[in-house]
Amino acid sequence: MEEKVIVCKDLTKRFGDFYAVNKISFEVDKGEIFGFLGANGAGKTTAMRILCGLSHPTSGEAMVAGFDVYKQAEEIKKNIGYMSQKFSLYENLTVLENIEFFGGVYGVPYAEIRRRSDNLVQQLGLTAEAKKLVGALPLGWKQKLAFSVAIFHQPRIVFLDEPTGGVDPVTRRQFWDMIYEAAASGITIFVTTHYMDEAEYCNRITIMVDGKVEALDSPANLKAQFKADNMDEVFYRLARGAKRSGD
Amino acid sequence: MSAVTLDHITKTYDEGKVLAVDDITLQVEEGELFGLIGPDGAGKTSLFRVLTTLLLPDKGSATVRGYDCVKDYKEIRKRIGYMPGKFSLYQDLTVKENLDFFATLFGSTIEGNYELIKDIYEQIKPFNDRRAGKLSGGMKQKLALCCALIHKPEVLFLDEPTTGVDVVSRKEFWEMLKRLKQQGITIIVSTPYMDEAMLCERIALIQNGKIMSVDTPANIMAAFPVKLYAMKADNIYKLLTALRGMPEIDSSFAFGEYIHITLKDDNIEALRQKVEQQGHTHVDIKLIHPGIEDSFIRLMNQA
Amino acid sequence: MKQLFVFIRKEFFHVFRDRRTLLIMFGLPVVQIVLFGFALTSEVKNITLTVIDNSRDVNTQQLIRKIKSSSYFVVNESSIDYNDIEDAFKKGKAKCALIFPAGFGNDLQHGGTAQLQIIADGSDPNTAKTVVNYITAITTAYQQEISPAQQLPYTIIPETRMLYNEEGNGSLNFIPGVMALVLMIVCTALTSVSVVREKELGTMEILLVSPFKPLMVLVAKAIPYLILSLANFILILVLAVFVLDVGIKGSILLLFMESMLFIITCLSFGLMISNTTNSQQTALLLSMMGMMIPTMIFTGFMFPIENMPLVFRIISDIIPSRWYFLIIKSVMLKGLGFEYVWKETLVLLGMTVALLFIALKNFKTRLS
Repeated sequence: MEEKVIVCKDLTKRFGDFYAVNKISFEVDKGEIFGFLGANGAGKTTAMRILCGLSHPTSGEAMVAGFDVYKQAEEIKKNIGYMSQKFSLYENLTVLENIEFFGGVYGVPYAEIRRRSDNLVQQLGLTAEAKKLVGALPLGWKQKLAFSVAIFHQPRIVFLDEPTGGVDPVTRRQFWDMIYEAAASGITIFVTTHYMDEAEYCNRITIMVDGKVEALDSPANLKAQFKADNMDEVFYRLARGAKRSGD
Repeated sequence: MSAVTLDHITKTYDEGKVLAVDDITLQVEEGELFGLIGPDGAGKTSLFRVLTTLLLPDKGSATVRGYDCVKDYKEIRKRIGYMPGKFSLYQDLTVKENLDFFATLFGSTIEGNYELIKDIYEQIKPFNDRRAGKLSGGMKQKLALCCALIHKPEVLFLDEPTTGVDVVSRKEFWEMLKRLKQQGITIIVSTPYMDEAMLCERIALIQNGKIMSVDTPANIMAAFPVKLYAMKADNIYKLLTALRGMPEIDSSFAFGEYIHITLKDDNIEALRQKVEQQGHTHVDIKLIHPGIEDSFIRLMNQA
Repeated sequence: MKQLFVFIRKEFFHVFRDRRTLLIMFGLPVVQIVLFGFALTSEVKNITLTVIDNSRDVNTQQLIRKIKSSSYFVVNESSIDYNDIEDAFKKGKAKCALIFPAGFGNDLQHGGTAQLQIIADGSDPNTAKTVVNYITAITTAYQQEISPAQQLPYTIIPETRMLYNEEGNGSLNFIPGVMALVLMIVCTALTSVSVVREKELGTMEILLVSPFKPLMVLVAKAIPYLILSLANFILILVLAVFVLDVGIKGSILLLFMESMLFIITCLSFGLMISNTTNSQQTALLLSMMGMMIPTMIFTGFMFPIENMPLVFRIISDIIPSRWYFLIIKSVMLKGLGFEYVWKETLVLLGMTVALLFIALKNFKTRLS
């Protein structure tokens, strides 16, 4: 049996009488690229916060990297990486300083940080920019660097919240190459995106509508199920029926 | 007369150190729905700000409805509608208060141009007394569009109106733009989403402050110089890695479940055999029409 | 005109819908008045005074009774020895000692002069100085009382504060200071933050692109805060009169006009800040550093300016709130008329015009 790194059962988060997340259940395998889709306000962010150990669910169960989201939030945080479009790196620190800082936060030994950061900078083609402020880099480079930093401590799972928003098409693909590479090395990828072609790159996809999981399967199976040509159509059909919307 | 003209416009920041707009020349015709397509940092916002008279260009000249963007900025400000990229309205004012405020600011009233905003406004009218901060993303966007239209502008500038908005709201938004266009308003819209290019009459592909191509989406795609194939196999990532190592491959990029490739010698059958010999299973290859994103990537790589 | 009206109405909506702004605006004056008025007074009260009376005659008893009846001292007529005074100071049992030599009354009545010794705990120089002044003042008063016709061999000039503050009401001096401080916070900080917030929201771009004149944006921003500041000013006056029992001696109209001028000074400064920054935090920080802290330190309501080094005295001269403080002190507490404060008013006016000029000149009709 394959190792499950995320197991959710009837996970629910209620704010007053509003069910932000309503009894969602799914499992994610080790090394899987798991796409998490949904219209604005469908409950993606809330669900992701719970899985990252930032927020307690109202009811239901969830195990992340083998740890319970109720009791072992701190353990979870040590075993995951996180990157979002909005915040990922300190703009007024240099490339190397950012790597050192985040490596240090996650307890990577200093000698190892030094050794691997040189390597990383080289791989990203940022050798000339290593001592430049991150704020001065083009967005695409920033996002690639942010991803590398998020997996620098070799977490078991990395959560990516719209990592490629606004990035040019070539860099977007380079970014996905990095995702594939990380997945091949055994890191589980949990990713949200607004680009439907990116949904196709995932092994499996969840589509959330109004706090519930309305679809969960591989892109090919979903397209077959909804008799659609592409994921865009699948998504549109499901999300169009949504009653609520928000940010 | 063109609604908007840009003549060798250059704009830099930080005393010339950062080149945002690099010698752009462009015309947008009356009543056109024109798209500026490019990633973040391509220079779209700077271009908008020059045209909306918010920034002075370093070099070149620009006009809107025949008025110069530097000299006649007051005239231009009376005639345009603008929705900035990070525009978020007054969160603590209600829908009605926001609309009233912007109407008055532009010397108009909600009733004055009601016909123009009717379609859009009716959708948010039930929430008239709700604070803008409590609206959903799609609703906010509709309200913002109403605010930009309230004084019946001749030219409408929309800077990334659909960024961060989900697919459903994006589709609705473009439907609204089409209807506005029918009312004779010139619309210039920017977006980082390549698929939205197809919804414009003409587009400019912009990258690193330069325009790579200006034409109708159909012409841009037709100008793709070589044959484009879509290829897939069971393990798509392995296939992609394998293709990158092959000398006969000119370019290979993942596109959803397929990989789009162009060849140096156009011998696709030879490639199929080679790939199958390497052990890839269920190899499927077909000749396809390029999309805007294919064109964009090709132009980017030529630059 | 309608545009301006709608704009101003919008600003009021912002203020009244944001609890934090409201709290800063109207909670702050109350807190400040109470805090400065009651708790942070620099007035000395209930100082333990050890009296060693080696004479024990009518005069020393009368004088001790006078000292007791003032609210400043807790008199401890102990029988400790002169040599134990230092020990009492060290143990904190006394802050001050008053020693009458033997034959004090005799000397005074027959010789016309008598000596007494005051020893104060110099480790707290401010208190020590004040205490010595108080005892001296009480002694002088007593002297005049018992021999009204007699020409005194020396004259003691009581501290100015005593002159205008007979009841020892220490919060008096703080009222003008708190007024300057609160007006500063409301006008400078809130105005600059409200302009910069429009930049952060992206609405500033729309405002600039609209046919509404860019300068009118500043006017529309300034007017609501002018009105709110005046409301604030009245609130502080009411608090001062009814909570702290401070009477307003001078003309209220003059006070009002001077405050209006100062409010405009602060508004100009706030607008100037908002021109140069794009984030609310920076705006707030600049107003704090640029106005509030200098107001606390350099106006003279917390620390006497006369005792400062020359450099600081020069700095204090260029702080607008110092001049406002002087004016308000003169008008409100001393009851002086415009003829006594026109010079200060002129300085403040000059500063206001300069600040307003810079603010308007730097306002951009474009983004950069």
